[in-house]
Amino acid sequence: MDEKTKVSPGYVDSLWRFLVSLKLTVVVLLCLAALSIIGTVIPQNGPSQAYIQEYGPFSYQVFALLDIVDMYHSWWFVGLLLVLVVNIIACSIDRLQTTWKVIFDRAPRFELSQYRNRNNRIDVKVQPPASQLKALFERWLCRRFRYCKVVSTDKGFAVTAERGRWTRLGVYAVHLSIVVLLLGGLVGSKFGFDGFVKIPEGESADTITLNSSGRLFKLPFTIRCEDFTVQFYEGGQRPKEFRSSLIITENGREMLRKQIVVNDPLYYKGIGVYQSSYERLESTAKDVPEKLSADAPIELTFQSVESGIIYTRTATIGQPVQIPEGLGVLTLERFEPEAKFQSMSLGPALLGKLVSPEGEVQTITLPLRFAKFDAMRRGKVIIAAAAQNAAPAKERYATGLQVVYDPGVWVVYAGFILMILGCVVVFFMSHQQVVVEVTGEEKATRIMVAGKSNKNRVGFQFTLQRMAKHLAQLAEGDAKKA
Amino acid sequence: MVDNSLILSIVTFIYGLAGVLYLISWIFRKEMPGRLATRISWVALAGNTIGILLRWVQSYRMGSEYGHAPFSNMYESLVFFAWTIGVIYIVVERRYKTRTLGAIAAPLACLALAYASLEPSSAIEPLIPALKSNWLIAHVITCFLGYAAFAVAFAVSILYLVKSKEELKAEGGGLIHIPPSELLDELTHQLVMFGFLFLTVGIITGAVWAKQAWTRYWSWDPKETWSLITWLIYAALLHFRMMRGWRGRRIAILSILGFLAVLFTYFGVNYFLSGLHSYGAFSQ
Ligand code: HEM
Repeated sequence: MDEKTKVSPGYVDSLWRFLVSLKLTVVVLLCLAALSIIGTVIPQNGPSQAYIQEYGPFSYQVFALLDIVDMYHSWWFVGLLLVLVVNIIACSIDRLQTTWKVIFDRAPRFELSQYRNRNNRIDVKVQPPASQLKALFERWLCRRFRYCKVVSTDKGFAVTAERGRWTRLGVYAVHLSIVVLLLGGLVGSKFGFDGFVKIPEGESADTITLNSSGRLFKLPFTIRCEDFTVQFYEGGQRPKEFRSSLIITENGREMLRKQIVVNDPLYYKGIGVYQSSYERLESTAKDVPEKLSADAPIELTFQSVESGIIYTRTATIGQPVQIPEGLGVLTLERFEPEAKFQSMSLGPALLGKLVSPEGEVQTITLPLRFAKFDAMRRGKVIIAAAAQNAAPAKERYATGLQVVYDPGVWVVYAGFILMILGCVVVFFMSHQQVVVEVTGEEKATRIMVAGKSNKNRVGFQFTLQRMAKHLAQLAEGDAKKA
Repeated sequence: MVDNSLILSIVTFIYGLAGVLYLISWIFRKEMPGRLATRISWVALAGNTIGILLRWVQSYRMGSEYGHAPFSNMYESLVFFAWTIGVIYIVVERRYKTRTLGAIAAPLACLALAYASLEPSSAIEPLIPALKSNWLIAHVITCFLGYAAFAVAFAVSILYLVKSKEELKAEGGGLIHIPPSELLDELTHQLVMFGFLFLTVGIITGAVWAKQAWTRYWSWDPKETWSLITWLIYAALLHFRMMRGWRGRRIAILSILGFLAVLFTYFGVNYFLSGLHSYGAFSQ
């Protein structure tokens, strides 16, 4: 035998004993509790300047080095959780090896002498003979205990009964639930995503900005925001409701339509769309139309740069207009609800063609919201357009949506249920064994009630007392009837 | 109609009176004041219940916009906290036939209500969007059942420490008014188990609510983290007790530590730490 094989079992053994020790459990539990405090005192995931300002550059270096700025995902915190999981699993294996047979024992054995000697046993005397009580007691006990068996003794009989053997599994359920919870969290963080998107009313988006990295992420569907409303309570300070009407489309086909509010998100293909914030969009003109009918009259103003005089004219789309002072001819060509200028959104605008006195042709954009926009062209005339009789537009908003995919959430919820059920079993149920022995003595019959429980012994003693009292009454009552 | 906050202010004093009588009964070892204190506790609890129900009704009377179950802000939760302490204490008093605890539990209920009356937000306000959820109601009710059980366990633990001191001084001479140490120890254990179950359910319902309202079931917000810290402390207590057979003094100290964590989770976080959880500001 070489050195290695002789030594390693010792190592493995002591490692195992370390992993299954309860000391490790409580130390890890209390360490987690103590370390968690750090992240509640030092704000998490803030911008680095904020930390430098608050704590100074050196501290920030230390924070960054030790991942304190995101401590709940740091290697040491996650490592501690991992130790916890290994500890729980190791303990469960270790324990189950020894208790498996106990838990799944179908025919438990009762050592009567052991019960006769228990110092918490209860004795009562009754008149009716033992033989008369046998069937009565058996019926009563077997209704209350899952396992029950009558055995004969020299001067009478004994009923042995037990219940709740399975409750010994409760603690494994609790511990398993913790593993399940952490697993669910892991699945969520590995395979899920969450991000934010702002969608102005009437527009669509299929790309979100991931919260973690700030990178763009394309969704497998398109979200269209039909409408957004915000309501306030009287007084105007307390928000009452944020509501977005959303339409989910996939390849141009409408798949789902739902109004979402806070606390009532939309789910499509497992992806949740949550109402998260909103923004009022910039708007300078009060009455900007969303639509413009073809023959709607449009009010045009021409400001001559040379004279400074402002002229107003009314026109419709397609109708050429002579500009005063012989500055050319303007023909409005179409209405554009979402005009853009170098990727800047201008909102609704009229597009037209300006033919200068020299015959030069220029395309002009006249945004309804920005009357001074045409000045940028630096022409001889500054043109602005306003739509008449257009329905006054309501205030325009953009809705802010969180889009979250978390495939682990059902695992987590399963863990929640398992944990609650497990705790109820561990705390409030127990494995109980009871022996009721009835012995005929010279003048009377002796009923002995004794039992043991793996938990809540004080409460169980009350149960035994109540049981003894009840059995005595049962016996005497039977005697009266007979 | 009488205003609910008037009733609740009166109830504050009734709890206080009960506490004083319990204390007198304990110190002077007289039965009479104790019995009176029990009656008065019932009156306080009844008043507390009426106050809560009245607030509920009044919120709906102020208009449907205002109507909500009264568990939604600091004031309302404190009032409910006092109520749960009252209920759990009275159950324990009846079951374990001991009144000494009342000298600590009743003043705790009184303090909770007194503290509530200092809250600036005692007026009934309509709910902001994030708080409109049945999960929130389940969350508040279960959390406070847990907190109240821990509060009573805290009272028992203090008694235990007082008792073990006295026992050292006067080897069990005439201590009829403090229940035996084993009973106190058992009581702590039962209460902690009860509280732990409800704290667990409270954290879980909070997580489900957070998933709906804030998209994530857990975001390491200071309030959440502190509730986890509390949970871990009590989990450690239970393991010491169940596995290592720790009894008495050490368990009492852990139980006191746990309750301090409860208090910090409940009050401290709001005042000392910044987070989003301050009764549901609408983030962003
Ligand atoms: C959530 C509430 C929890 C309850 C009610 C609970 C309950 C218990 C109980 C009753 C035991 C004794 C088991 C036995 O006698 O066989 C035990 C042991 C143990 N618990 Fe927990 N536990 C909980 C949480 C945890 C957590 C969070 C951990 C984290 C690591 C943990 C780890 C352990 C370990 C390692 C043991 C020793 C197991 C053994 O030796 O079989 N428990 N727990």
